[in-house]
Amino acid sequence: MSIDYSKIGLKVGLEIHQQLDTSEKLFCSCTPQLFKDEPEITFLRRLRPTQSELGQIDPAAFFEFQKGIRILYEANKETVCLVEMDEEPPHDLNMEAVETSLVVALMLDGNPVDEIHVMRKTVIDGSNTTGFQRTCVIALKGDVKVDGKRVPIQHVSLEEDAARKIDEKGSVIRYRIDRLGIPLIEIATAPVLYSPKEAEKAALAIGRILRATGRVKRGLGTIRQDLNVSIPDGALVEIKGVQELELVSKAIELEVQRQLNLLKIRDELKKREVTAKSIKEKYEDVTSIFEKTKCRVVQKAISDGKQVLAVLLPKFAGLLKTELMPGVRLGTEMANRAHFWGRVGGIFHTDELPAYGITDGEVRELRELVKAESEDAVVFVADNLENATDALRAVVERARETLLGVPEETRGANPDGTTRYMRPRPGAARMYPETDVPPIRINEEYVHKLRDHLPELPKRKMKRLMKEYKLNEKLASQVLNSEYALLFEEVASESAVSPTTIAAVLTETMKALRRDGVELDKIRNEQIEELFSFVGAGKTAKEAIPDILTWLSKHERASVKAATESLGLTMLSEAEIAKIIIDLLQENAQLVKERGKAAFGMLMGLVMRKVRGRANAEMVNKVLRRKLEEFVRKS
Amino acid sequence: MSEEFPGYKGEALKLLKKAKAEIGDIVRVIKNGETFEGILIPRSEYGDEKHIVIKLRSGYNIGICITLTTQIEKVGVGVKPTFAASLLPEQRPDLPKVTIISTGGTIASRVDYRTGGVRPALSASDLYSVVPELSEIARIDAEILFSLFSENITAKHWAEIAKTTARHIEDGVAGVVIAHGTDTLGYTAAALSFALQNLPVPVIMVASQRSADRPSSDAATNLIGAVKAAAKAPFAEVVVAMHETVSDKAIVFHRGTKVRKCHTSRRDTFQSINASPLAKMENEKFFILVKDFNKRDSSRNLVLKPIFDEKVALVKFSPSLDPQLIDWYVSKDFKGVVLEGTGLGHVGGYCFSAVKNAIYNGVLVAMTSQCIWGRVNMNVYNQGRDLLASGVIPLEDMLPETALVKLMWVFGQTSDVDEAKRLMLTNIAHEISPRSLHEGIREEKP
Ligand SMILES: [Zn+2]
Repeated sequence: MSIDYSKIGLKVGLEIHQQLDTSEKLFCSCTPQLFKDEPEITFLRRLRPTQSELGQIDPAAFFEFQKGIRILYEANKETVCLVEMDEEPPHDLNMEAVETSLVVALMLDGNPVDEIHVMRKTVIDGSNTTGFQRTCVIALKGDVKVDGKRVPIQHVSLEEDAARKIDEKGSVIRYRIDRLGIPLIEIATAPVLYSPKEAEKAALAIGRILRATGRVKRGLGTIRQDLNVSIPDGALVEIKGVQELELVSKAIELEVQRQLNLLKIRDELKKREVTAKSIKEKYEDVTSIFEKTKCRVVQKAISDGKQVLAVLLPKFAGLLKTELMPGVRLGTEMANRAHFWGRVGGIFHTDELPAYGITDGEVRELRELVKAESEDAVVFVADNLENATDALRAVVERARETLLGVPEETRGANPDGTTRYMRPRPGAARMYPETDVPPIRINEEYVHKLRDHLPELPKRKMKRLMKEYKLNEKLASQVLNSEYALLFEEVASESAVSPTTIAAVLTETMKALRRDGVELDKIRNEQIEELFSFVGAGKTAKEAIPDILTWLSKHERASVKAATESLGLTMLSEAEIAKIIIDLLQENAQLVKERGKAAFGMLMGLVMRKVRGRANAEMVNKVLRRKLEEFVRKS
Repeated sequence: MSEEFPGYKGEALKLLKKAKAEIGDIVRVIKNGETFEGILIPRSEYGDEKHIVIKLRSGYNIGICITLTTQIEKVGVGVKPTFAASLLPEQRPDLPKVTIISTGGTIASRVDYRTGGVRPALSASDLYSVVPELSEIARIDAEILFSLFSENITAKHWAEIAKTTARHIEDGVAGVVIAHGTDTLGYTAAALSFALQNLPVPVIMVASQRSADRPSSDAATNLIGAVKAAAKAPFAEVVVAMHETVSDKAIVFHRGTKVRKCHTSRRDTFQSINASPLAKMENEKFFILVKDFNKRDSSRNLVLKPIFDEKVALVKFSPSLDPQLIDWYVSKDFKGVVLEGTGLGHVGGYCFSAVKNAIYNGVLVAMTSQCIWGRVNMNVYNQGRDLLASGVIPLEDMLPETALVKLMWVFGQTSDVDEAKRLMLTNIAHEISPRSLHEGIREEKP
């Protein structure tokens, strides 16, 4: 289905978040790194929504608090100190991070602020131990060019990354706070991107600039895109945490599709003459129907003394199973809401029943009990009375919103480009000054100095890569988009390996390896440089590169020499090759006698299979030709 | 500096006055062809005079450096926030009455997101609206006694706090909660322990280590714990209610004479030294952690002894201490000096004559230890025996800070040095533990 996005009136704004590669965190001296082992420290907290001067409390936040949500934080000693635990005030702002942010801002032609003021942005989902995220504007304005179009930048800011959510069990949410405090740069564009492709190109262009500084982290999770997507008849929806560039356009396409489908449902409901009033907040206890159910979830809930509560959605039959985007139906949206407000595991609805062990008979009884006609839908949940009621109240609210079209909300990105409901869109950003960190003066001299030494802009670098290293356009562009853009030049200017090979390894090979689950972040630049110098000096074959990289990722800080030895990939000497060839000629003596020199091609294949990764083809070619000649002559 | 323009001075102030812009107004700043628009924000007192701070529409603050050509225009009047408190909950007549006395230190506050100001919430209605749970625990009466940083609280304030507390107790409340900054909370807690004797109901001191404006603050949890204890704890003593660990799990009640601030920033900064905390509260339940304690008994008659004599000093001995320091106190008619000696209770030989001179002049000299944990024993080494022989009073395992407060209180009760000595060695409010137990000094928790 091709959509004319300009006709729909699509508007997209980007917020690109990229972790900076600093030696310390943003407000303390901890190592900006994640840990995998069991936590050494755990502690439990609650976050209380604070009241504003106007006596207002964020309703969603207060609701969560009343539900008794507790947060279990996990930490280890290397990556966390009292600052991340909110047991000590922040130290001074990390100036290394400020400098990198200034460099990025200047490359985007932005105006650095005269004085940086660190703010507290209220966030009480537990992802920040304090209940707010520390953030500051570094520069305003600027732009990035996309196919000749000027896309204005609203601001470049610097903030602390949040804690990582591990899981959620009942009322306890578990977070790991190693990531908390890692410097994160945020670049926000104006909402002037009018198609998914254009948005993706803008993200790509910003990504190139970030990498050109050589001071950003690489690897999955180090860059995250937030998308603000809106269409005029729909709503402004914020999609958080798109981890891969390739997913930007897909996530937007799917969001547009979701909104258009919701509008269709709205129109259908209008045709069916459903009104907000006709959707009643009447929750009926239908536990008795399921006393003997085969459905395990319901069975377990009932045996735990919980209830089954149902609500009727008039004339909604068939709509709950309407697919909004792959794998997401209107029913899914209701389930997400029910989970958020009622903390229930899931909901059941008549559009998808009988299933999950629930029988036709039970559905019929259910419909009878709540007096549902065939055009009505029934939703039910099994949980304690409070949670079940909250869940169904959320379902009713979501059903009523369907009548209006698309609700404004914040959604989280899934790895396949689809999204899920996260929370209502927060009101105006509740920011107030971080008084524990003094403002930082940025003087003009310093800015001038940085401006005079800016890294090369991607556009110019592209041209140079093609000219100096004879890369074709595709490869040059891949190098620029890769996390190894800077490393490429370092290697290519020193190694005897051809730049094209180096470029292909650093882009295509790396991508393939990452796809296979190789942890490339474990490999250090020095190791990659050493690898190419090995290949250049003929100490190992270029065919061996993927195997060596894989080995290196599993043996942190090991040498390339150790890799080749351990993998048996050290290069064979000419004498060793000759010995292998002589043995092969003898094994295949009959064939060589029959075909003479014409057996070369086949023999070459046999030898290469034997020495793969340990000898280069030219050498094998040379020795084989000589030995074959000798062999034919002798016999 | 200016009242209407907090933090602004010099050039910036001049420009703002010229533009007739007030804090909270929307201003436009034009500088080198660039235009900035936002809400005028107060500036930190310690900021320079060259910048003005505005809040952009995005919510961020930035500082703009004033140059010769910078122009400021007022483009909109700020809307002053008017606080619309949520409806106050019905006072439940069946609940016990609790008085909350504030002395400073914000146990509850609300944020003005417009200008970034944080205002304390101190009145009963403020407290109910910021910590609504309180209305389910007790009927709260709030009294704002002082608004002081705790480092500005002196012995004179202890007397005021003691008298105010006594007045409320005599009015028949179920308990009193006293909000206080953390820095000198330990001293005030010791002072009240001596001043309020024979308590019929608990007196709970409470504070917070993380400011009340942040969602993660320990203030509300501590306050709720304190009010619960005031309303229904089984004990009737002066205690400090704070977090037991860095988790929001248990509130622990430390005896006023044994408690000390031990960390500059952690939530569990208060520790009971050389003693177990009196009690703790977890999951709504009280657990008493000591064998003997003063039980709640509303029929008991409070004895109020609120007089403190400030002519008492605490001297920490350190290498090369100039003994003339001790001479100075003597010359200024101080009545007592508490020494914070090394180890088991020692000072350098070069201070002996000053100490002897003080005692000769009728100054009570007592010994505590700077080790924090443990008991002084001046019989083990010659240095100690010498001091003992000259009349220095060893104060067992009493905290140096508690010893200072107690000596001030003792001289408030008597001016007779021998009677003062006797009182110093009499256990009045659990300040001396007869046995030194293994527990206490930071144990590894399994
Ligand atoms: Zn840290």
